[in-house]
Amino acid sequence: MVKEPKNKLNLDFQLVEKIRDSARDIAEETQEFIEAHTTIAVERTVARLLGIDGVDAYDVPLANVVVENIKKGNGIGIGTAIYIGNAMLRTGMPPQEIAEAVAAGEIDLTKLPMGDFFDIKMLVDGVARQRVEGIRNNRRTREALLEKYGDKEGPYLYVIVATGNIHEDIIQAVAAARQGADVIAVIRTTGQSLLDYVPYGATTEGFGGTYATQENFRLMRAALDETGEELGRYIRLCNYCSGLCMPEIAAMGAMERLDVMLNDALYGILFRDINMKRTMVDQFFSRVINGFAGVIINTGEDNYLTTADAYEEAHTVLASQFINEQFALKAGVPEGQMGLGHAFEMHPDLKNGFLYELSQAQMAREIFPKAPLKYMPPTKFMTGNIFKGHIQDALFNMVTILTGQKLHLLGMLTEALHTPFMSDRALAIENAKYIFNSMEDLGEEIEFKQNGIIQSRAGEVLLKAHQLILEIHRDGLFNTLEKGTFAGVKRPIDGGKGLEGVFPKEKDYYNPFIAMMLQER
Amino acid sequence: MSGGLYSTDKKEFDKTLDLTRLMPYGDTMNDGKVQISFTLPVKDDDRGIEAAKALAKRMGLNEPGVAHHGALDTDFTFYVVYGSLTHCVDYTQLHVETVDTEIMDMWETDTYIKENIKRKVVVIGASTGTDAHTVGIDAIMNMKGYAGHYGLERYEMIEAYNLGSQVENEDFVRRAIELKADILLVSQTVTQKNIHIQNLTNLVELLEAEGIRDKVILICGGPRINHELAKELGYDAGFGPGKYADDVASFAVKELYHRLGDKRTR
Repeated sequence: MVKEPKNKLNLDFQLVEKIRDSARDIAEETQEFIEAHTTIAVERTVARLLGIDGVDAYDVPLANVVVENIKKGNGIGIGTAIYIGNAMLRTGMPPQEIAEAVAAGEIDLTKLPMGDFFDIKMLVDGVARQRVEGIRNNRRTREALLEKYGDKEGPYLYVIVATGNIHEDIIQAVAAARQGADVIAVIRTTGQSLLDYVPYGATTEGFGGTYATQENFRLMRAALDETGEELGRYIRLCNYCSGLCMPEIAAMGAMERLDVMLNDALYGILFRDINMKRTMVDQFFSRVINGFAGVIINTGEDNYLTTADAYEEAHTVLASQFINEQFALKAGVPEGQMGLGHAFEMHPDLKNGFLYELSQAQMAREIFPKAPLKYMPPTKFMTGNIFKGHIQDALFNMVTILTGQKLHLLGMLTEALHTPFMSDRALAIENAKYIFNSMEDLGEEIEFKQNGIIQSRAGEVLLKAHQLILEIHRDGLFNTLEKGTFAGVKRPIDGGKGLEGVFPKEKDYYNPFIAMMLQER
Repeated sequence: MSGGLYSTDKKEFDKTLDLTRLMPYGDTMNDGKVQISFTLPVKDDDRGIEAAKALAKRMGLNEPGVAHHGALDTDFTFYVVYGSLTHCVDYTQLHVETVDTEIMDMWETDTYIKENIKRKVVVIGASTGTDAHTVGIDAIMNMKGYAGHYGLERYEMIEAYNLGSQVENEDFVRRAIELKADILLVSQTVTQKNIHIQNLTNLVELLEAEGIRDKVILICGGPRINHELAKELGYDAGFGPGKYADDVASFAVKELYHRLGDKRTR
C-alpha cells in the first residue's frame, strides 16, 4: 500500500537500528507493567466484545453497569469474561440478557457461586470466537471493497467534519468525498476523552464536534459506503480512540468497520492529563483490537509541536515515533497499519524552514518505510490571514508529494478561525489536488546535495533522537514522562485522571480476546 | 462581469479622502471595492449566480460581479463576488474600547513590579470549560513564550500558574483563592455556538458569589475575544489575536497597582 522511499538523506542506518533496539527495550519494560494489570475500560471493552450493548434506565451503558457490579464485588482482578461466563453457565442466558438482569438488580455477578473455570472458559470462548469472527468479516469486507474499487496510490486526502451534529456531519462528509476526500475524520466533542463511559445512540450536540458513539459510527459508515459506491472509491472513516475509553472505542470501531483511528500510546497522558498507568494498559488492548481489525492507527506526535518548538524539538517527535512503533508491534499492529504522526509546524519566518520540514518528512519515510505516515498541516502559525494561510498549506502539500506521506490531513485556510466551512474544505482539496498532480513525480527526480542543509539536518535530528532514547532507556518511560521530556509537559506517575480504574490482575485473570486477536490474524 | 478587480468603469465619484464618509479602497480612493465569498445551498447554474448577485446587492454592493462559482456538491455552490460598497461610516465619531496601556517588555515589567507593587504578583491562567486547546494560554504563560515574546513564567516578579485546559470554572475559582491570585487569565480558543460567552459570564458570576471579583484583575483572551466584548462581559480587559505576554502583563500589573493604590487612599 505504501511505496518504499528511495534513501536520499545518507542516514546512518546502523544508528537507526540501535535506536530501534533501545526503543524495543523501553517498550518491553513497560509491557511487564501492562501485562500485570487491567482497567475498568479494558473490562468494559470485554463486555462490549461479548455483545453487551445498550443503556439502563438512567442512560448508563450496560457495559459500565456490569463492570461496576464486578468492581463492587472486588472481582475486577479476575476479569469480566470469567463473571459473564459464570453467569452464562448458571443461568443459561446470553451476555446481553445477563447485563440487563444485572441492571434490573436481579443478578449480582460476584455473588453467583463460581463454576469450574474450564467450563466457564469453554462457554465464554464460544461467544468470543463468534464475535471475533464478526470483526474478521468486517476486515474482509473492507479488503473486498478495496479490491473491487482499487486503492489509491498517492497520499490519501484526509479531512475533518466537525459540525457537532452527526446528521449535519454526514452532509459535509458526503460533499467532501464527492470533492475528492479519501478519509473522513469525525471530530469528537471536546471533553469526551475525559468521560469514563461511551455515550449511546445518535447525537446532535457537542462542542467542536459530536460524541463518538457506536450508532454515530454506524450512520457515517453507511453514508460513506453509499457515497463510495456512487463514486467507485472506498472512503475511509476515521475517529478518535483516545481518552478514558480508548479500548471501548476501538471495539466499537472494529464492529462498525472504521478504517483509521487516532490511537497514541502517550497522547492522553500528555495532553489530557490521563494517568500514565491507565493509559499504558488501555492503549495496549485498544491496539490489539485495531491491529486485528485492520485499522490504521494514527499516532499523535504532531501534537508535541503545538506546544514545543518544531525546529528545536524535532528529535522528540522521532524518538516518540520509535517508541510508538514498538508499542504497536507488541500489540500486533503491522507496520502497514502504523500511521506514525508528525507535522509541518515550523515558524513561517524561519529561514530555510521548508528545507527542514522536507528533511524531517523524508527522514520519517526512510526510517519507517512501510508505515502510512500521518502528516499534519500547519496550525500553530496560522493567523487568520487566510490568503497567507492558503500558501502555508500549499507548502505543506508540496512536502507530502515530494516525500510520499500517506495520510495527508488537509490544512484549512481558516484554521484558527472556526471549524471548517464546506467551502474551506473544497478549497483545501483543490489546493492539494493541484499540487499533487502538478508535482506528482518531482520527488523521484530530486536528490539531495551531499552534506547539504537537508542531509545534515536529518543526521543531526537522528543523533539527538539517539541521545534522548538512551536517556529514556536509562530512566524508564514513566520517569521520562514525569520529567517533561515530551511536549514540555510533566506528568506525575500517580497523577491525572483514571488511576482509580487500574487493577492488578490476579492469577486467574482471563480475557479471551487478546490471545484470539493476536494469534488468529 | 464588469465588477472585477480592475474595473474599466469611468470613475466619476469624488476621489478625496473624507473620514466622515469612510469607504473601502481597492485601487482608487472611495471606489468602495470589496471581495466576499460564500456558499449557497443551491445548484451551480445561472439562477444561482443571480441569487449570489442579488444577495450582494442586499449587502449594499453596487454592480456586484460573480468572479468565480463552483459546485461543492449537487446542491451547494461556492461564489466569489466583487463589488463596490455603497455604505460608508463616520470614522471620526466611532467609539472604541481599547486597552490603553503603554507596553513594557519583560524587564520593564519586572522593574515596575519591584518599584511599585514591591512583591511578587501571582497570576493563574487556564483554558476553561470544555475547551481543550491550550495554545492561547501557553503562548501567554509558557517560559518560552510566543513569537519572541517571553511568557509570564519567565518573569522574575511573577509567580505564574498555568492550570492547562478543560478547567471547570469552579476549580479555577477555588485555585485562585488557594493561591491568593492577583491576576486571573482565561483563554477560550475553540468554541461553538457562542458557548465561550456563557462560560465567561459564568466565571464572573462565580467570582462575585465568592466575593472576590473586585480583588482580582480578570482578563480573557482568544481568537474571538476583543476588549469591548470583554468589558461587556464584566472583565477588566480582553486580548485578541496578535497580543502577547507583554501586552497582558503591562496592562495587568498597572491595573493591579492602581487598584492597590485606590485601596490605600480609601
